[in-house]
Formats: sequence, C-alpha cells, structure tokens
Amino acid sequence: MSFSLASHLQELDDLIDREKARGGALIPVLHQAQELYGYLPRELQDYIADRLDLPQSTVYGVVTFYAFFTTRPRGRHRVGVCLGTACYVRGNTKNLERLSQELGVCPGESTPDWRYSLEVCRCIGLCSQAPAIMIDKSVHSKVQPDQVAEILSQYE
Amino acid sequence: MTREELERIRAEAKQALEARDMTTLPEGELKPPRPGEVRVVLRNCGQIDPTRIEDYIARDGYFALAKALGMSPEQVIDEVKRSGLRGRGGAGFPAAQKWLFARQAVAARPAPADGSPPAYLICNGDEGDPGAFMDRAVLEGDPHSVLEGMTIAAYAMGATQGYLYVRAEYPVAVDHLQKAIPQARKLGLLGKDIFGAGFDFDVDIRIGAGAFVCGEETALIDSIEGRRGEPRPRPPFPAVSGLWGKPTSVNNVETLANVPQIILKGAEWFAAMGTEKSKGTKTFAIAGKVKNTGLIEVPMGITMREIIYDIGGGILDKKKFKAAQTGGPLGGCLPEQYLDTPIDFESLAAAGSLMGSGGLIVLDENDCMVDVARFFMDFTQDESCGKCPPCSLGTKRLLEILTRMTRAEGTPEDLLTLEYLTQNIATTALCALGQGSVNPVVTTLRHFRDEYEAHIRDKFCPAGVCKGMFHYEILAECCTGCGVCRKKCPEGVIRGEKKAPHEIDQPNCIVCGDCYKACKFAAIAIRPGPTEKSRRAAHKTETPQG
Amino acid sequence: MAQLTINGKKIQTPGGTILAVAREHGIRIPTLCHHPALGPKGACRLCLVEVKGSRVLQPACTFPVSEGMEVQTDTPKIRTARKFVLELLLSDHPQDCMTCEMCGACELQDLMYEYGVKETPFRGERHAYPADDRDPFILRDMEKCIRCRRCIRACDELQSVNAISMINRGFRAKVATSFDTPLQESNCVFCGQCISVCPTGALTEIDSRGAGRTWQTQKVTTTCPYCGVGCNFDLHVRDGKVVKVTSRWDSPVNRGVLCVKGRFGWQFLHSPDRLTVPLMKAELWKKRTGTDGTPSPYAGFVEADWEAALDAVSDGLAAAKAQAGPDAVAVLASAKCTNEENYLIQKLARREIGTNNVDHCARL
Repeated sequence: MSFSLASHLQELDDLIDREKARGGALIPVLHQAQELYGYLPRELQDYIADRLDLPQSTVYGVVTFYAFFTTRPRGRHRVGVCLGTACYVRGNTKNLERLSQELGVCPGESTPDWRYSLEVCRCIGLCSQAPAIMIDKSVHSKVQPDQVAEILSQYE
Repeated sequence: MTREELERIRAEAKQALEARDMTTLPEGELKPPRPGEVRVVLRNCGQIDPTRIEDYIARDGYFALAKALGMSPEQVIDEVKRSGLRGRGGAGFPAAQKWLFARQAVAARPAPADGSPPAYLICNGDEGDPGAFMDRAVLEGDPHSVLEGMTIAAYAMGATQGYLYVRAEYPVAVDHLQKAIPQARKLGLLGKDIFGAGFDFDVDIRIGAGAFVCGEETALIDSIEGRRGEPRPRPPFPAVSGLWGKPTSVNNVETLANVPQIILKGAEWFAAMGTEKSKGTKTFAIAGKVKNTGLIEVPMGITMREIIYDIGGGILDKKKFKAAQTGGPLGGCLPEQYLDTPIDFESLAAAGSLMGSGGLIVLDENDCMVDVARFFMDFTQDESCGKCPPCSLGTKRLLEILTRMTRAEGTPEDLLTLEYLTQNIATTALCALGQGSVNPVVTTLRHFRDEYEAHIRDKFCPAGVCKGMFHYEILAECCTGCGVCRKKCPEGVIRGEKKAPHEIDQPNCIVCGDCYKACKFAAIAIRPGPTEKSRRAAHKTETPQG
Repeated sequence: MAQLTINGKKIQTPGGTILAVAREHGIRIPTLCHHPALGPKGACRLCLVEVKGSRVLQPACTFPVSEGMEVQTDTPKIRTARKFVLELLLSDHPQDCMTCEMCGACELQDLMYEYGVKETPFRGERHAYPADDRDPFILRDMEKCIRCRRCIRACDELQSVNAISMINRGFRAKVATSFDTPLQESNCVFCGQCISVCPTGALTEIDSRGAGRTWQTQKVTTTCPYCGVGCNFDLHVRDGKVVKVTSRWDSPVNRGVLCVKGRFGWQFLHSPDRLTVPLMKAELWKKRTGTDGTPSPYAGFVEADWEAALDAVSDGLAAAKAQAGPDAVAVLASAKCTNEENYLIQKLARREIGTNNVDHCARL
C-alpha cells in the first residue's frame, strides 16, 4: 500500500482550515485525517504539523498517546474484539483466539490481502450483550467461537 | 424563544408523541422499569425519538431551563446544593460546589478583554470504565436532557461555552448529539440571549481518541486543548484554572442529566430519594454472570442483593455468587458478606470499593479472583499515561507479579511484594487512576486471599480459569452416565458406558472445559494439577492482551 | 504575606510553592523532575510532602503555600514513599554506575545513596534500548532515562525547538523525536540543553565519553570565544586539557543556555593546527629582513614575531592609504572578538586610517 498525500489534499486542507478556527484543533484534525486516509503515516503527520504550526514531535506524541490513532494501514474491515470486563468474564478471549486462528494474524495486525484488521478494544459499552464483537460500525452480540467464521464471511 | 412558545410546542408535540409507537433502543439494553426502579436520568430513554427535539419538549424538556433562567445563578446553585446532587462520574463531589468555586473564580478575575468566554463547562462523556454504559444510553437516548443540564449548569457557574467530550467508541451518541445541538440552536435554546434572559451559551462536541485516563478532569482538559491527556497535580483546580487557563467545571453526563429534573421538581423531591449523604437515584449497568443484564436506575441506598437477585434475577446457570465488581478498574470486588450493604458513595468506599460510574459486574464461582485482578491491572497498566513512576512502573510490576501467579510461577515473596506495591502506589501516584489502580488487587487480596495462596502454594486455580493450573475429574458418585460430556468432548478422551460413571483419559485431556459446562449434574470437579497436554499448552500460549 | 509552618518552623512568606518556600528557608526537599530553569511538572513524586488536612501526599514543587498551612517534609511516611519511588525507578534502570559517565554527578544516584536503596525488591521487564550514538554530539542512552521530561521542557521552554516529545504511554512511554528518528533527522539544533538538564546518564556528550568524571575535572568558568554574546560556561579541565563544557545557570548573559558551538565546539583548543605564532609570506619576510626566516609547517609561510608582523601590516596599510586614499582600505572584524575589541578596531579604521569601510563577519 503506497501513501499519497495528494489523493485527499483538498479535503484535508478544508478540514484543517475549518478546525483551525476552533481551539485545540489537533485531535479533531487527526480524527478526520485518519478517516480520509485510513491511517496517519509520517508524511501526513508532518503536513498536519506544518499546517497547524505545531512541532512534528508534538503531533507524533499525541498520535502515539491515543489508542484510536494508527500509523500503520488497516484492512478494509476492522474487527474489534471487546475485552472489557463483562465481555472478558463472558469468554471473549476464546472468540479472540478463534478469530486470530481464522485470520492467521495476531491482534493489532492486518491480513495480507488487507481485508481484515484484528483489534482488541476496551469496553464498547455493550456489556449487556456480552461477549460482543464490533466489525466496522456493526455490532455482533453474544458471540460464540463457532459463529466466528460465519460472521467474518459477511464482510467482503 | 419564550416560555409561551415552548408551551405551544409542547402541546403539539405531546399529541404527536402519544400517537407514535416508540422502540428506539436496541432490544435487551433498556427494558421497561422493573419493580424497585425509579427512572429520573433514564426517564426518556426508549420513550422518545432522541433525534427529535419536539419529543423531548413533549416530556417537559427545556422547561427547567426556562425556570432556571428566571432565577439568579446563586438561586440555581442553592437549589442543586439543597438537592444533595453529587457527581456521578465516580468521586461523588457535590455538583453545586464545583459551580460555586468556578463562579467565585470568574468573579475574582477581570472579564476577558479579547471577548473569549470567561469560563467553560465541560460535560465528561468519556465513559471509560469497562462495564459501564449508562452515559452512552443517555447520550444516545436522551441527548437534549444533557444539553439542557449543561446550559443550566453553565448559567449557574458563569460559563458561555460548553464542550461535550464523548468517546470515539460511541458513534451513535455522537450522531445524536450532532443532530440535537443544531435543533436546540434553531429554537434559540442554545446560542445568544436564551429565553431573553441575556444569557449566551453554546456547545461544541469533542471526540475522544481512546484513552481511559482522559476521564480524569485535568487530563480531559489537556485532551480538549489538543495535547496528550496527562493528569496534572491539583491545585490549581480546574474551577480556578482549567480549560485554556479559565475557570472550568467538569461534570459527568449522568450528573448533568439529573439537573433539569431537580430544577423542575425541586430540591426536596430529589433529596427525598436515597440515603443521608447520597441523594437521588443512580443508574447501574449490570453485567457478567447474572440473568438479567442491562441498565437499571434505582434510588441510592438499595442493597447489592436487591440489585442482583430482585432486579437482576440472580446468578446464571444456578452457579454460586462469588463477588460483585463495582466501580470499574479503580473499584473493587466485594464478596457475599457485602450483599446487604446499602449502595451509596460512603458505604462502597468503606468496603474498599467505589461507586465509580455504576458498573456492576457479577462474578460467579468460575471466575478466578487472581485472574480478575490481573485483568484489571492489564487494563490500568495499558491505560497509564506514563507521567509518574508509581503508576507507569508500579502497575507494570503489579501486572508482572499477577501474571506470574496465574501461570503457576508465583512465589510467597511475590505476595508480600504485591502488598508493598499496593500500599505505596495508592499514596504516591499522581492521579486517581494511579491511586485507584490498586483497588482490584487490594479487595481481592482482602476477601479472597485463599485463592491467591492456592495459586502460589498449590499452583492451583480453584475457579478453573488459569491455564495449566487445574484439571477436571468426573465424580463417580454424581455421574449419571448421561453421556453429554462424552459427546461434547472435542478430543474424544471421555470414556464410559451409558448409565455408568464416565471417566476422563487424563494425560490426553486438553482441559478445554466443554464437559464441565455441559454437565447438568455438577458431576465434574476442578482439581489441582495440570494434565500433560494442558501444561504444555499453557507454556505455549499466552492470554491475548490489548 | 502568608504564615505557615514547615517541620514546625514558623515561616512568613509572600507566597510560592512549598518547594520554593522551603528552599528559601534552608529546608531540603529532594527532587528529580524539578529544575530551577524549567516550569514545574509534579511528575516524579520525589518531592512529596505531608500537608495537614490533605488526604494524600502532595508534590511540593507544584503545591502553593497558603495561610496557616502545616507542612512536614521528612516524616517516616514520606521517607517510605520516596524510597518506594526510587526502588521502582531502580527496577527499570541499568545498574552500571561503574562505567556510567554521570557517576558522581547523577541526581538519581545521589538519591539512592540518601535513601539507602542498595537494590530493588522488584523484578521484571526493564527497558532495553541500545545506546544511540548516531548523532554527532549527543549520546542518548535511553535505558537510563527516568522520564522526568526535563529534556523535553528544556527543548520547549529554553530553546523553543521541540525536537523531542513524550511518545507512547504508560510503561512504553519514551522521550523521542517524531517517529523516533535520530536527532539529525529532526529539527534538533544540537544546543545540548537537554544534556544540561538531564539528571542521569541518559544524555551525555559523545566527545567527552570516558574523558573524566565530574570530580576528576577542574571547573573553570569562562566566556565563550565564539561570538560577541558573551555566554558563560564551565570548562572541565583534566590534566591540562579541556574535556567538556557545561552550563552555568547563574550566568547573567545566557542563564545556562548555550548553542552547538559553545557547548560542543571546544576541540580546536587542543588542535595541532592552531597557530601559536604569526606567519608571514616567505617572500615578504625575505624582502623586509633579507633572511630566509624560520620555516613553518605551511608552504610559502615562515614564522614571524609579533613586532615584525605588526610592522608589516602597518607599513602595508600606510602604503595603500598613501597610494589610493583611505577608502582603498577596508577593515573586517571578527565575531570572535569581544565588543571592546571590535570597538577599538572600528576606531582604528575611522580615526587612524580614515575610512568607514568597516564590517564584521557577524556570525560563525
């Protein structure tokens, strides 16, 4: 996957101009830039730093502090396995193990075809439907390990 | 907007609302109130369409704001003070007191010459405690109640700009708020000269980016300013110097959602609910090994037994209750003897736990308390900001010891070191996250020391959780020979004739637990010592960590 | 004015933090992340004190004093807390004081000594970073970093460069440039302010490696010869040779701040290439003296004495002025001269030679 800053430059500039008018623009800009490009590689971070008059190190410090930001590309579908307390005691680690087997990747990695990324997340507030898995913005509740393969197949 | 116009909208909206059938929240999350519940904060959730401001107005929405703006800010503070409302985010600090401090700080400094807001109100919707999701429910199901509460609070303390900080993990809540704010602006309920009272207030949304520590108010402020969310020592308190150096009040979602009802129905109505020092209701998110999971709202002072057994329907699968985990990663695990403790800020703190934001996770006999402590330490260690050594290094050392214990590598010295760490982290860490991080360890050590000792002395996990530290045995005297376990066994290592006691071929058993779960007669027991296969597997795999 | 007591001693003060007030009154409170030239951080937890009425221990470096406050700075409870923090720091620190550059000048080591921390009761993972000497001047041994952030604050508050920041969080938190590149690939200007504030051996001068511990060198306060600003610093001299330059925080001109040349550019002092006598072109010497003169290591030049050299210069200038007028002469001064010397040289140009053609190299 090669990165091209030019691919969404106009949108990026627009959103930076919009956020710059408000205070504390960095985190909202990073959110939207990640939405546009999928991830936050160095070239993009340095561009944002330059446009917001911030040191590059500050931007990188913020990106690496917040779990939501990623400097590596992710797959088309983000498979998030909740390991909040309720999901943990209701056995979501078994689902995580199964997903890891099915996809052949560890948490934090993406499949070679960039179809899926596997992630562990901390409580997505679906405790009453534990154990829960969130793929992109859809929720799968009360998941059992045997259902994992079928759930994955719903995402191309 | 005037009160008369609001009344006209209410009259129309009421009719429209009554004519509609409301099922807005996902099934299973918020059931109709069960006996014993009193809904104040959750009163509109599931009853209105949260994307329509008219629905909210139909249920008396924004009438509290109209009333408050007819009072002086001091009267509003006084009303909330008399209601006894305490912060629902965890610490239980009196809400009115925060506003009063901020108001005094605003008065003590000159008005900003550059036209910037004199003070800020922040609504803390960074609901990070695993196991708590009441704020999500309110933000998704009744966003205007939070906006109205914010506007009243801002009026009381003297803020003209508000920020609503919401977790990125809650996209629906963000969406509903993004719809609600322009609706309120359009009706003049946010913006300039609200209700003609000469009071300006507007709200901006800020989306979190995945950091539990940002629930701490000084870290939250840093995060809104666009920095790493690292707590700073107080004083200065945010009420004196907060967001961009201005007086700032940070209040939790549930706290603010209570405010309109207090103004509308009066301090006495609110103070009549709850206990002497903890007034009103509290929402709880019940989860874990309990039959009825979900959100409830009950008067403060109700016992854990009432919540778990009367409302929650008791423990799943006829298992034995072991502990209730309250207060999230900074809370504690309370055993059976606390079931009749009234739940309020003081009682929970006295028991070594926390009210927290109201997560209540029920643990049964098959939950290992050492592993639960390890789980929470893994969480706080991962979420530590890294600023002070007691938290960044201390929680790491705690996690290492707990991990050793759950891998049959714990030593008696480890137990002493564990206690030494917990005592000192609590007194030396910078913020509430660091100081509170030890609570899950402290409470499990206090109430379940025998489990720790079994892990260390016998290398045995009595709950049957820690890999390589137990095996299963079929109790011949209890086995009916039904054959379910034999059919469930993925390795085919259970032998036995029909209607005769079965037996596990121990050396080849992988200790997956399928038979244990399947047995209807409690004929399978957890025994010390691994099988050959489970021991080898335990050395190979590690529990995935986030 | 506020009246308070520290360790039972009555103190009157116009205000400030507990740490500042205590130090003014000769009461020692240990610190690690605090540095007088930098803003307070409250991060290291070494300066924890007891404030009566406060539930938890409070950091003296950020906590403001107030009327009637009662502070204790050295109770058993406080000593236990400080020792605990030191034990934690030691559990993540290489115990190689034997070969550490900063041994004897290390604030962490001094506190371990003061609190009797011989070893740590904690075993576990330690940060393992290879010592980074990819940059020309600064040796970064991040295993020795205690994450006090003094370097980050110096880079920001003193130098406004912000080449480094905290990255990651929790145990994985680290001081680094953007994307953790070598300093050379960042906007670092190699002023070395980070070294000057580092309390441990995490940041040291590459060229001074192994050249002598702080107690083995003699400190000589002097003025930087590079430009006319006149920054002060300490030369560390061992066996008659300069081995290191360190900041002098009490210098009124630069308050401890130096640039890359002042801090790292001292090697020329002992360069064999340095001129120690004036040189004159061999043919000029021959023309003026009729002899061959003393050969120099430089082709075409012979060694002269000051008198002969200055006479030659003076004769040359007078001849040029007589032949083509004073404006045929231009005088170029050096930034390495002091202001007084530069004043004199323009005086020479304007009054003695009679030209306004005076300039200055302005920088080095």
